[in-house]
Parts: sequence; structure tokens; C-alpha cells
Amino acid sequence: MLKYLPLLWANLGRKRIRTALTLASVVIAFLLYGLLQTMNAALTGGAELAGVDRLMTIHKISLIQPLPSSYLNRIRSVEGVKLATSQDWFGGIYQDDRNQVASFAVEPELFFEMYPEYSLPEDRKAAWIADRQGIIVGQSVAQRFGWKVGDRISLRSNIYSNKDGTTAWDFNICGIYAATNGDSNSVYFHYKYFNEARTFGEDNIGYAVVRIDDPDRAAEIAAKIDALFANSSAETKTSTEKAFIQGFANQLGNIGALIAWVASAVFFTMLLVTANTMGQSIRERINEIGVMKTLGFSNPTVTALVLGEAMLITALGGFLGLMLASLLAGALANVVQQFFPTLGMPAHAWTSGAVLIVMLGGLAAILPCAQAFRLKIVDALRKA
Amino acid sequence: MSNNALAQVATVTAMNIRNMSARAASSIVALVGIAGVVAVLVGVLSIGEGFRAVLDDSGARDVAIVLRNGATDELGSNLTLAQTRIIADNILIARDAEGIVASPELYVVVDVPMKSTGTAANVPLRGVGPQGPKLRQNFKIVAGRMFRPGMFEVVVGRGASLQFEGLTVGNTLKWGTTEWTITGIFEDAGSIAESEIWTNDTALQGAYNRGPSYQSLRVKLTSAAAVQPFKDALTADPRLNVRVFTERQYYEEKSQTLVALVSTVGAVIAVLMGLGAVFAALNTMYSAVSARSREIATLRALGFGAVPVVTSVLTEGVLLGLFGGAVGATVAYFAFNGVRASTMNFDTFSQVSFAFTVTSSLILQALLYALLLGLLGGLLPSLRAARLPIATGLREL
Repeated sequence: MLKYLPLLWANLGRKRIRTALTLASVVIAFLLYGLLQTMNAALTGGAELAGVDRLMTIHKISLIQPLPSSYLNRIRSVEGVKLATSQDWFGGIYQDDRNQVASFAVEPELFFEMYPEYSLPEDRKAAWIADRQGIIVGQSVAQRFGWKVGDRISLRSNIYSNKDGTTAWDFNICGIYAATNGDSNSVYFHYKYFNEARTFGEDNIGYAVVRIDDPDRAAEIAAKIDALFANSSAETKTSTEKAFIQGFANQLGNIGALIAWVASAVFFTMLLVTANTMGQSIRERINEIGVMKTLGFSNPTVTALVLGEAMLITALGGFLGLMLASLLAGALANVVQQFFPTLGMPAHAWTSGAVLIVMLGGLAAILPCAQAFRLKIVDALRKA
Repeated sequence: MSNNALAQVATVTAMNIRNMSARAASSIVALVGIAGVVAVLVGVLSIGEGFRAVLDDSGARDVAIVLRNGATDELGSNLTLAQTRIIADNILIARDAEGIVASPELYVVVDVPMKSTGTAANVPLRGVGPQGPKLRQNFKIVAGRMFRPGMFEVVVGRGASLQFEGLTVGNTLKWGTTEWTITGIFEDAGSIAESEIWTNDTALQGAYNRGPSYQSLRVKLTSAAAVQPFKDALTADPRLNVRVFTERQYYEEKSQTLVALVSTVGAVIAVLMGLGAVFAALNTMYSAVSARSREIATLRALGFGAVPVVTSVLTEGVLLGLFGGAVGATVAYFAFNGVRASTMNFDTFSQVSFAFTVTSSLILQALLYALLLGLLGGLLPSLRAARLPIATGLREL
């Protein structure tokens, strides 16, 4: 088959403009496909990257309802629980209302043990744990506001006020963390500092993050935790971190369905375009195919050549489009990072893209292939 | 002369349009391409229009919302009973037979499963004062009855009842240790209130251990002009530490992220798909020109000028664009207009339900875009047709 490659190549070069335009349509289709997949991955917040051995325990009524901090010790006593720690959404704002910062009060001593995907040099870690007003910040949020280690910053909260009578809270930047889960926009600071200074909600926690011994027992352990607090004034709902993130992403509505819908509209159109071009170039070459058959090319070979031509053009365009998408996704990540953590185009877009390339090429070639296969030499030669 | 030129243009164009059917397959491809772009574009943008419609109906200019200073939304705000009383004393607030038209309100979110995904979503639960419904001009109960003050009863907005599981009259909901009965469904001309569940303020204070505190105070002012003096009076009062928004300004600010997201995504899809459609149209038109090269050369040999030839090709492109656009817009109208959906508004951390809205200006915009795509698709091929050397053209098979 490989020996026919020059022939396929020459056929593509026959009508340069047409080939270029078809190729461009396919490139656009796959570029759009790659970008849609990137958006989907960004909106689902990297549920695939969630820790398999982590659970989230939230108030049963809603995430915004706090839990008593005494719950942490009771959760820690559940068999199979390795570690449990708290997080509180702070509603941080830097200088202007528009600059919302994802900010959390956490327990620094347990933070890195709970989240091994976050890394910080050991001396910075120690500095953060030692400084009550210490805060660690993500790379892109640091870049966005020009923060450096050692800076003293003031964040306002749109929820909590400080006992000094203001809504401003001062922090010392102790480190800039790196995270492999795409989060580089958050800031983390001491629960103790936050808890002692806030004017209401003292000794409550926002929600609990739990690490378990055996991910296979997640459902069982979650049920045990919830049973601890059943019929209390603050009942809980425990789920895996993945289910929690997925559920949170679902709040946007059925984005996946919408994206699939757009993608299929794009593909249907591109299928028509490619099939039409292929059909046209075969019609124009009927004579030539007749000559090839006269020379002894078998029906299957001629058909394979037509199919190969279609595949060549979709494969070229498809990979070019996906490559462009992955480059663009990297650039876009910086723009949208303020809203979602992003990791660029997801790897599965390449594999599903490859499947689509084969499908698109195959479907586009069906009619021309049948035509080439059935063509009788006499008819073909007479058409001149 | 000019009459003659016009006649030439008309003749060639008419001839071209008559024989478009001979190139049907390829014309249909370009048409479907453009229709696809227009349908997707209108669909995505109708989401944005839907939001805007919700917000336009929500924001009155003479209704003010008072929050704690530093809070950016109701969820993070709180006001004491004493503060709400001080504010309610302001003479700029409208009065009626039942007293001042003001409603101290609580705002929390509760988890209710979404019908489309089956997972829990943040549905707003609002506790309103006795005057609350009057602050929403078009509030009316459309099924069942209003809740009774002091009881654990709720009424559900029409949008919320359509989007979330179990929000029908007569159902009970268990949040914490309290059971709430749904006594009615209300409408408010499609405003944001229809995404919410309402109860009375005292029941919610009790269920949430809030004591005598609130999160916001909504007041109707004597006129839209009273907003500024009202704001000034409150900010100058040393007993208060609050910020004042008009309802319109509040909802505009709270929707910026969502509207920006939808319009950015819409623009990217429109540009990329538009490019794809232009390529398809170019392909079609180039083939049309090359299929007609002998005919064009014959026309030129007979003395027809370049202008009629260019015009005829361009007209074909424009017609493809217009037809494709019309088909796409029609499909989009029937597929999307009125479809209800709900999504998370991160600015308020709660769900907004809305209807996809295909407006006439959206359709007009889409048609213009389709026209442009058709024109772009026809331009280069038409120039090629005009430049075609007559002798070569006549020799082609």
C-alpha cells in the first residue's frame, strides 16, 4: 500500500485550491473539536484528577451551611479514615470587587499530607506553618497581582468581618505553591487565625476533607460518617471527591450534552464538505480510473486508492487541527485561569479525535468508493 | 450604455440561477454548511439573550437592595433587626395602606436535584417579609396558594419548579430537621425570582437559627430619582455600615461573568465555524466556476463584460448564504426558542433558570452573518471567472 503513497499525494496536488480548502475545513473542524473538549474538561473541573482516596463531608442541606468543628475528631475515629481536615471558603477579594480570589482557610499542618499534589519547598512549608498570618498562593494568582514571597497583603472577605471592625484581613505570603491538578489560582491560610478573628460562626468549619485507607471502601466509609451525625441538627452528606467535583460541575447544567450537540453539527457539515469534494474529484477522474482498470488494477485496489485519498486528507487535516487546538488551549488557559483551573487539551481528545478522523474519512469515501468499484471500463473510457 | 450593462447583469445572473439546479449537490453542501453555522450560532447566543431577558425583567430602577458593607451578594451579607428598622425609617421609601413598602429578607441555598443531571444544585431559598411580593411588580400565584406567615410552608418559582425534582404543589421537602410543605407555584413575568423558592422570613430565621437577623433589605423608593439621596443618607448614617444597589444595577453586576462566558464561547464558535463554512462555500463556488468555464468563456466571446460575470457568481454566493442562513435560523428558532434550562451563576453561587430566547434581532444578525459568509465564498471565485482567458475557457472540456 505504501508504494501508492506518491500517487495519492500527486492526486491531492492536482487541484491545489480544492485540496487546500478541504484540508482547511477539516483543520477547522478538528480545531473546534479540540477546543470544545478542552472547555468540557475545564468546566468539569478536572474530576478525573480528583484523589481517589479522598472524601468530602458537607452539610446535608447545602455546601454553604457550616459544620461544628467537633465533627472532625468524630470523623477521625471512624475505622478506615486516615486523616480528616477542614476547609472554609473565605470569599476573598483583593483591592477591587472584581478581583475575586479563591481563598480557603485550612489546617496547614495537615494540608500537604492531605493534598500530595501540591508542592512547596520544605523551608517555605515550615515558614507557613509557623506564621499564623501566613498564606500560600498559586503561581498564576501571584503573577496576576505581582505578589512575591515576603509581601504583606490584605484581603477582604465578602462573607466574614474581622473582630477589629473591618472586613480586611492581613496575610504574609510564605510561599508560592505548584500543583499538578491545574489549581494555581487559589490561596490557603490558617484556620486558627481565621477562626479567632471572625465575628460570627466561630468554631464551625465549612466542610471536611477525609482521606481513607482503601478507595474500594469509599461508599461504606461515607455511609458510616453520615450515620454518625444522622438526626443531629447538622446532618452530613459524604461523597467521593470525584463525585463532589462532578456534582459541582453539573450545576452548570448539561454542558456535556450541549458540547456534543455542537460538535456533531460541526462534523455533519464537515462530512458533507469532504464527501462532496471527494465525489467531485472522482467524477472528474472517471476516465483515468478506467485507464487504471484497463492496465490491470483490480477493483479492490482502485477502491482502496480512493479510500486512501480521503483518509490522507482527513488525517492530515485532523492532526493539524488537533495540534493547533492543543497549542491554542495552552494560550487560552492563561486567559480563563481566573475562572477555572485548566490543564490544556485533555489527552483523550487525541484518541477520540483519531477515531473521528477514521470515521470521517471512511464515511466521506463511501459513495466515491462504491462508484469507483462498480465502474465498468467501457463506460469509463466512453465518457471522454 | 448603463441600461445595457444592467441588462447584461440581469441576463447572466438569471441564467446562472436557472442552472444552479445542475450543480445541486455541491450547492446543497455549501447551503447546509452555512445553515449549520447559523443554527449553532443562534442557539448559543439565544442562551445569552435568555439571561438578558431574565435580568431585564428583574431589575427595577426604583427598588433598592441594601447589603452589609463589604458583601458582594446577598449570600454573604447580614443585617441586624435594628439596622433594618433604622433603614426603614427613611422618608424616601414608598408607603401604602399596609405601611412602608420594604421587605427584610434572608437568602440561603438548598440542595435540590436538577432534573437534567440528577445531581444536587444550589437552589436559592428566600425568606421575605410580608411586603415582599409587592416589591416584585408582577408577582402572582399561579397554582395552589401563598404560604402562611410563621408556618413551614414555601411557594416555588415557576422556573425552579420546571428545572428541579419534586418542586410541585403538595410535596414536602426535608431540610435539616424541618419539613416544608409546598403550597403554591408563583410567576413574576420571567424574572430571577422565578428561579427561587420563597418562604416567610420568620420561618426561615427559626429553621436556620438566625435569630432576629436578615441578609438584605429590599425597599421601594418613592421614585427612581430618590435612589441617590437614599444611598447618601444611609452611607452618612454612623449607625449603619451598609452598601446600596438599585435592583437593576445589582442583577447587572451579578450576571457579568455568565454573560461574558456565553458570549465568548459564542464568538469563538461563530468565528471558527464561520471559517469552515466559508471554505465550504469557496469550494462550491470554485467548482461552479470551473464547471461553467466554457459557458463563461462563450458569454465573454459573445461580448458580455466582466462585470455581469462577476455579479452572477457573487449573486449565487449571496443566495447560498441567504438561503442557508434562513434555513439555519428557522431550524434554530424551532429547536431552541423557549427551551428552558438552568445553570449556576457563580456570582451569586445559586441557580438561575431561564429560557433560550431567539429574538428577531438575533435572527437578523445571523442572516447578515450568513450573507457575509456567502459573499466571501463568492468573491474569489468570481474574480477568477472574470479573469479566465477566453481562448483557454473555450478549449476546456
